[in-house]
Amino acid sequence: MISAAEAIKNYEKITPKNIPLAEPFSRGHRACQGCGEVLALRLVAKAVGQNLIAVSATGCMEIISSPYPQTAWNVPWIHVAFENAAAVASGVEAGRKALIRKGRIADAGAKIVAFAGDGGTADIGMQALSGALERGHDFTYVCLDNEAYMNTGIQRSSSTPFGASTTTSPSGSKSKGQMTWKKNMPMIAAAHNVPYVATASPAWHLDLMNKIRKAIATPGPAYVHIYSPCPTGWRCGPETSIETARLVVQTRIFPLYEVIDGKFVLTRDIKNPKPVEEYLKMQRRFRHLKPEDIEVIQKRVDADWERLLGFVKATNPEAAEKAE
Amino acid sequence: MARRVGLEVSLACAEAVKLANADVVAAYPITPQTHIVEHLAELVADGHLDAEFIPVESEHSAMSACIGSSAAGARTFTSSASQGLALMHEMLYIASSMRLPIVMAVANRSLSGPISIWNDHSDVMGERDTGWIQYFCENGQEVLDLTLTAFKIAEDPRVLLPVMVNMDGFILTHVIEPILMPEQAEVDAWLPPYVPQLCLDPAKPISMGMVGVPEVYTEAKRAQVQAINDSYPIILEHWASFAKQFGRSYQPVESYRTEDAEAVFVSMGSLSETIMSAVDEMRAAGQKVGVVRIRLWRPFPVAEFTKAVAKAETLVVIDRNLTFGAPAGPVATEVRALLFSQGIQKYVANFEAGLGGRDVTRDQFKEMLAKAQKAKAAGQDMTCEMVGVKE
Repeated sequence: MISAAEAIKNYEKITPKNIPLAEPFSRGHRACQGCGEVLALRLVAKAVGQNLIAVSATGCMEIISSPYPQTAWNVPWIHVAFENAAAVASGVEAGRKALIRKGRIADAGAKIVAFAGDGGTADIGMQALSGALERGHDFTYVCLDNEAYMNTGIQRSSSTPFGASTTTSPSGSKSKGQMTWKKNMPMIAAAHNVPYVATASPAWHLDLMNKIRKAIATPGPAYVHIYSPCPTGWRCGPETSIETARLVVQTRIFPLYEVIDGKFVLTRDIKNPKPVEEYLKMQRRFRHLKPEDIEVIQKRVDADWERLLGFVKATNPEAAEKAE
Repeated sequence: MARRVGLEVSLACAEAVKLANADVVAAYPITPQTHIVEHLAELVADGHLDAEFIPVESEHSAMSACIGSSAAGARTFTSSASQGLALMHEMLYIASSMRLPIVMAVANRSLSGPISIWNDHSDVMGERDTGWIQYFCENGQEVLDLTLTAFKIAEDPRVLLPVMVNMDGFILTHVIEPILMPEQAEVDAWLPPYVPQLCLDPAKPISMGMVGVPEVYTEAKRAQVQAINDSYPIILEHWASFAKQFGRSYQPVESYRTEDAEAVFVSMGSLSETIMSAVDEMRAAGQKVGVVRIRLWRPFPVAEFTKAVAKAETLVVIDRNLTFGAPAGPVATEVRALLFSQGIQKYVANFEAGLGGRDVTRDQFKEMLAKAQKAKAAGQDMTCEMVGVKE
């Protein structure tokens, strides 16, 4: 099998001039106003195109897109349950592989993409995802991370950030809200030594779509973790989604990077980061935080950024040097 | 021409999957099912079976992957038992409601706790209502034949339902039996490749697994109920065509020495063969007794069963599993309900036997019958009576 670096060398790059017009995920779905997750999903679908075979975990995106007899999917789509999108995608991939080999279906280059939220990825779906990544199926797994169980009413997940108030990690006189740090899913995916891992934000839509283009061009499993603002769950205005998605990167809270064949690449270096406070202030899920709490978060973000740079240096010294 | 071979029954099951040219096998190891999937992995590794073998990380993912591959249009097989089957539970309902013709062999084993790897039917009874066609095998030949027919039945466009082939763990799966192995060409002619009605195809997009709001859920479930009920004559049709092609015939309910029987045992699975020998001995001693074996458990063969027990006054129903706090075991409960609903009066005794791999002997069946007759004469109920308990 060729390496990811080799496979993505000549990938079909999306630029402002050639953004695909086709909408494999159509309008008319039932997502909330300002939903950053459905925007991310639409961009992924656009990047893949009509050759997409989509596998969805249970969650917001599944519910809002498929109230029988209506569907927002203009491509083959299957939803089975909450915790198993990666396992279902494994089966779809294996089934098609066998049928193509036996000459019963044509190989028209269909791309299998599994979609799940942060709960379906970092919590209940972690085992199925780990298995599918380890087995090396040729598919792309997209985690649409809105940092809590939004579909069931804003309950905390292991992907909820420290200090966020949710319905099961409420802030109170004895609680600062979520008391644990966000699980680092992209690093867990990278630890499986899969050929391609990336993080993306809908505020950089071309970067997001091109990472998807690279993911689907890579043979074997690829993992793309997309930060997906949820105005409803984060208690902020629907018009702020993109701004939030931009600030989270500019504060270094959610760095944009790729891991190609194990080599870390920073896709957006943030030389002069904004203080995390700017990001936190935009969302009422953090409004109970005191200056000293924000300081704790700032220190953690600084340390995590340095740690990420350490990975870049260790795995990709030429790129690290160029950046400096 | 079929070859007569000596083969472990698990391997015969795997050979049936090979003869069926399965496209995908997704499975996770659990005793006593392991030999089935090990042999399939070998057949794939040696190039005897051209299939994708997905060594999943759990049974939940095994069934999830099977759903994916069947939805992609591939002939799909898995196998499990006990805790593994229980872990699949959630997915079993979805496989049947999505009308995916997956075939699964279940090497029946008890459920924890205490943990026990040995045979009974508690695993499958927990999956009774999952919407799968379910039947039981009594010996190795049946395992081979009925695994083959499972694909034929499941994939029939008039059926499109998953099929569960039950075989007693160890008692069947781990014994070597003489088996007539059909020729590949003969199977190919009888069982052509699976042609899906609908599948995940970019040329013809469909949405599978959509949200069922209250306005459509009931109708969706009614369609599913109708599908499994309508599958009944088609199951019989395919068993008849199998008999025509391969010379071995299967019925949803099979009777042994019941013509003039006053009492009949009702059983499922490999225990039936022990009961048949016990019946021979009881007959020799002048007792008018027979056995009715329920082969097809879902859809339940109501008319055939009623007919099979019509003449007997006493039924001795063996449940190889427990229900806690219920008036009778699951098999006896169904038997009683269906007789009552048809206005048929019979004495139905119910024993729970062979739990967690405990052997049940011919003598114990004689004792069960004696106990049932005594209770009947005394006008007492005989239900959930556990056999062979060490006091």
